[in-house]
Amino acid sequence: MAVAVDRVLTQPGRRPRIVRAQRRAAGFLFVLPAAAFIGVFFLVPLGLAAWVSLHDWPLFGATSFTGFDNFMALVRDGAFWRSLWFTTRYALLVTPPIFLLGFALAMLANARAPGVGLFRTLFFLPNVVGFGAACLLWYFMLNDQYGVINAALRRVGVLEGSLLWLAKADTALAIIIAMVVWKTAGGTMLLLLIGMQAIPEDLYQAAAVDGAGPWERLRSITLPLLKRTFALALVLSITGSYLAFDQFFILTQGGPRNATTSIVQLITNTAFSSFEVGYATTMAFALLGVLIVLSSMQLFLLRDSTQY
Amino acid sequence: MASAAGTIGAPPRRGRWSPGLIAFYAACVTLAAVFLFPLAWTFVTSLKPTAEIVATPPSWLPRRLTLEHYRGLDEVGQGIVRYISNSVVTVLYTIVGTLILSTLAGYGFARFGFWGKNALFVMMLAPLMIPFQAIMIPLFLVLRELNLNNSLLGLSMIYITAQLPFGTFVMRNAFASVPREIEEAALLDGCGQIRLLFQMMLPLVIPGIVTIGLFAFFASWNELYAALIYLTDEEKYTLPLLLAAARSNPGLFGGTNWGGLQASVAITMLPCLLLFVALQRYYVSGLSSGAVK
Repeated sequence: MAVAVDRVLTQPGRRPRIVRAQRRAAGFLFVLPAAAFIGVFFLVPLGLAAWVSLHDWPLFGATSFTGFDNFMALVRDGAFWRSLWFTTRYALLVTPPIFLLGFALAMLANARAPGVGLFRTLFFLPNVVGFGAACLLWYFMLNDQYGVINAALRRVGVLEGSLLWLAKADTALAIIIAMVVWKTAGGTMLLLLIGMQAIPEDLYQAAAVDGAGPWERLRSITLPLLKRTFALALVLSITGSYLAFDQFFILTQGGPRNATTSIVQLITNTAFSSFEVGYATTMAFALLGVLIVLSSMQLFLLRDSTQY
Repeated sequence: MASAAGTIGAPPRRGRWSPGLIAFYAACVTLAAVFLFPLAWTFVTSLKPTAEIVATPPSWLPRRLTLEHYRGLDEVGQGIVRYISNSVVTVLYTIVGTLILSTLAGYGFARFGFWGKNALFVMMLAPLMIPFQAIMIPLFLVLRELNLNNSLLGLSMIYITAQLPFGTFVMRNAFASVPREIEEAALLDGCGQIRLLFQMMLPLVIPGIVTIGLFAFFASWNELYAALIYLTDEEKYTLPLLLAAARSNPGLFGGTNWGGLQASVAITMLPCLLLFVALQRYYVSGLSSGAVK
């Protein structure tokens, strides 16, 4: 900016110091509205969260300061740990298929062939559909009587009669994972594709000249140079899985017998069904801590010092 | 398009129907069918008469097309038009707010020096590090204090805040890539700061504006969690909330009503699909600006 300011300042008839001060004020005013939104709707609630978690804070009525009692209670709360473990299991189960499929899709979509752009679009389409719509769409496909999934399984002879997918925790988790993979693999594809296309082509040409086959090029060029993209996609996928709510809220409603209650769902129920806002906020803090630790671990493990 | 050379089973550059190329297209077509089928099935189902929807085995292609399920959505809750317009209003608030705030902030960060600028920029990006789910409950208390709970305006305030880190970031980069000479000339001509921004700079950053508008659309049109917490009156429900409610309360759709349910899913999906297909270039550029940095 210095250049422009200096040129303006050299204009005759302008008083430099005032112009510079005006520009400073103008810059601040441009930024102010957005900063105010972040302040009121993000920083204030964040500070409030810390304060609320130290209280017995019902949704309605009087609050009382209880220090770290909520955190102590959390350590002994079986429901919290069960839900955290369930969410962890979900994150561990859903991430590998998303990555495998996403990577395969990216390899296909990165090929130089006519029509490949169309396929890329088609692979990505389920991503732009919201979870609400996706869940209700699958809810019908899962129906025991009229759903196509049971019909298809009967057709190929794997299934006799009908299967109530959402009635058992294991089949419910399996089918929710299938839905999430269907919905999100295209997003991982797109991220990996962006990473692949940033790899300079001459690396591949040089490797080909040196006699490296396709597998060799994949192993020693594509995969190492995608490390940073993998790290980003992995953090997004793990964080997203830990924050999962919609799919469990809609499809299983946390059941059967609370076996599929995700951590965000438990937090929400604690605040708005049991009205324990203070304790729910304490849980949210614990989840935030878990996420920060996990994200830093992933970024550390996939840290990248490669230059190219 | 780089590096077909790095792709396993990649087709040769000049297309002859080699086995590799056939395998490539077979894989693409199969996967595309898997991804497309559920979407297509919703549209097909929503256009079938009920007798065909509940037939076993399912009729793959409708023998008769009907719009009865779409017409029947008038009877759902307060009528589907109410929920569509709730969603549209929320999305419009969100897009307009996000565009105005991100454009102003992006311009300020790209072109001005002021005290505390770097600290403010870090603050703007803070929500990227801390997910909104972690502060949803205290945020509810803030909205209640401001009398913005149970209102579409209040809900869109949250959506705007959630979009601001990305929006500010994209717009700052967009403005930073405009050559400075344009502004210098205008400033020397005595053009005011506001006029300069809206008349000269804005047309040059249209791609950035389309990108953040598109992301704001998807985020607010599809959002369920915040809507569920902050909207309590059925007449304020947005479309995702209507769908979620339909699962827990089938009575909303007049009992089991697969046709109506799939019709409302179709209505919710269609704008997303159309907008993405039309504007995917901007979507991808938004994603890469986030992914590369």
